[in-house]
Amino acid sequence: MKQFLAFVRKEFYHVLRDRRTLLILFGMPIAQILIFGFALTNEVKDSEILVVDYARDNASQELLTKIGSSRYFNIRQAALSHSEILGAFKKGKIKAVVVFPADFNEDLLHQNKAQIQIITDATDVNTANMITNYLSSIIVDYQNQINQNLEIPYRITPEVRMLYNPQLKGAHGFVPGVMALVLLLVSVMMTAISIVREKESGTMEILLVSPFKPVLVIFAKAFPYLALSLVNVTAILLLSVFVLDLPVKGSVVLLFAESTLFIITCLALGIFISIKTDSQQIAMLISLMGMLLPTMMFSGFLFPIENMPIPLQIISNIVPSKWFYIIVKSIMIKGLGITALWKETLILLGMTLFLLLVSLKSFKIRLQ
Amino acid sequence: MEAVVVKNLTKTYGKEKTVAVDNVSFSVNQGELFGLIGPDGAGKTSIFRMLTTLLLPDGGSAHVDGHDIVQDFRAIRSSVGYMPGKFSLYQDLTIEENLHFFATVFGTTIDENYHLIKDIYVQIEPFKNRRAGKLSGGMKQKLALCCALIHKPTTLFLDEPTTGVDPVSRKEFWEMLRRLREQHITILVSTPYMDEASLCDRIALIQSGKILSIDTPQNIVNTYPDRLLAIKANEMYKLLKVLEGHPGILNSYAFGEYAHATFRDAHTDTHALQVYLREHGLTGVEVKDAEVTIEDSFIKLLH
Repeated sequence: MKQFLAFVRKEFYHVLRDRRTLLILFGMPIAQILIFGFALTNEVKDSEILVVDYARDNASQELLTKIGSSRYFNIRQAALSHSEILGAFKKGKIKAVVVFPADFNEDLLHQNKAQIQIITDATDVNTANMITNYLSSIIVDYQNQINQNLEIPYRITPEVRMLYNPQLKGAHGFVPGVMALVLLLVSVMMTAISIVREKESGTMEILLVSPFKPVLVIFAKAFPYLALSLVNVTAILLLSVFVLDLPVKGSVVLLFAESTLFIITCLALGIFISIKTDSQQIAMLISLMGMLLPTMMFSGFLFPIENMPIPLQIISNIVPSKWFYIIVKSIMIKGLGITALWKETLILLGMTLFLLLVSLKSFKIRLQ
Repeated sequence: MEAVVVKNLTKTYGKEKTVAVDNVSFSVNQGELFGLIGPDGAGKTSIFRMLTTLLLPDGGSAHVDGHDIVQDFRAIRSSVGYMPGKFSLYQDLTIEENLHFFATVFGTTIDENYHLIKDIYVQIEPFKNRRAGKLSGGMKQKLALCCALIHKPTTLFLDEPTTGVDPVSRKEFWEMLRRLREQHITILVSTPYMDEASLCDRIALIQSGKILSIDTPQNIVNTYPDRLLAIKANEMYKLLKVLEGHPGILNSYAFGEYAHATFRDAHTDTHALQVYLREHGLTGVEVKDAEVTIEDSFIKLLH
């Protein structure tokens, strides 16, 4: 145990003394989260909204002022027909169109309910979602305001149309994606490189000619990266909650447990790569090409898997990050628990055990 | 008692079965300072790696401290000390951290065996907070030796410890090895430098994976069969050419500022030789009996 701890401490020295490693470890996740995060929030700010007001009555004007006073929207009014609305979208600048029907106030007063149509450009799913959410909340707000002293409440129903991508498939939250990406990069690449570095520098030779069990070498090398990756998970979650206002809906404990599982999967992969390669460059290349690319392609983070050709969909099943991405997304955004995720968890667990077994089996206790 | 016993050890590499170690046998007594002397590529490192259980032999067997190098590799790994030819410590760790790490990995502490490394460690101690990568070649070797010694190994394997080290540090290093012998640690050391051979108790001269001779350095020198002459002239290159053309020549080669030569007739008249050389246009000719060195013996064995 003392040996193990000494080894782990040595690993921490390696990491903390190498500025480049540190930068990759901690600079990259933060930069990624912030870049992805602010690129998104900036888009929603000052979004061009086109208002087509057929009603031109009290209620529609009041609601419009409310929408216009929000810092998220720039309102432009135009009297367009339905077909002209589509044309306006194609010109590209506007993010959404709000349509008030002709008898808006009338309906509200007499039938106690009225409708508003919100049409968004759903090619950019996140933006479309956010705009609809904001608009809906403004409408609900207005509704509460006029309902204050009424026995029979007025109801305004926003009728939402997501143009171009009605099912909203694709990147829901980038945080789960970035999390998968960062953990993969840190755990796979860093472990692989750090073990291969011992081979390259010849220190592995000395370590082998010692009472230290080779298997322990592997575990001791992987352990610090597990710890550092968990620090990364924490940092990403803190950033997403406090900077990007993206709360974790489900259980944080479950999220950490699943993250730990995924980190171990990645560590096992890293160990496997390190066993099969002899130079740091090759280890890095394999980690990048063999791990990072498939994660970007097949996790569903950037490209919806459902839209892929069947063979690619099948391939996506063997990419561990796909399952992790689903798990994180479900916990963070949908707030699901383990009962809904046991299948994905089990798949990930199986992959981890398999990889660990294979790497431990193929670890060489001698030089070639 | 024999600490290391090697019997018909053979190692080949690759599909072409390139022979690196060819049927090598020798044994090293307990507490002995044994040198494997040979040029680069002679097979020294392969032998060391087999004895430290890092490589499997393709033939033959070997025992270290009575343990078989294939079957009992674990026992050997915990009892021997190994210092590879290439500097193999952690360059980003300080002297002290490296030493502490290796002490702990071997399940001991620096204090416990400090007496073993004291003589060496005091020389690098002033720099103990300096990272190993920033040390000079000589200091690196001293640190590596400390790390290999810290767990009180029964047998110490030093693979070319003085390659790339300045002459003063080399001399110091060998003095340290002589002192270690007093601690009853068996030491196997390999080196391509012939002048270091005389500092060993016994040496094995090795070339192309084969052992040419095993004996004490003194015996190897004493059994040199021919009369060795040291010859000097102002024109060195021409001197070698002329010597090659001498009818009675056995062997001749440059040796520092002299040429060393042996002749068929053990009683070659040095005076006649001087005349012969002058007749061939050489000036400043000087001929004398040379003191035989290990290098001369090695060259003799190669022919």
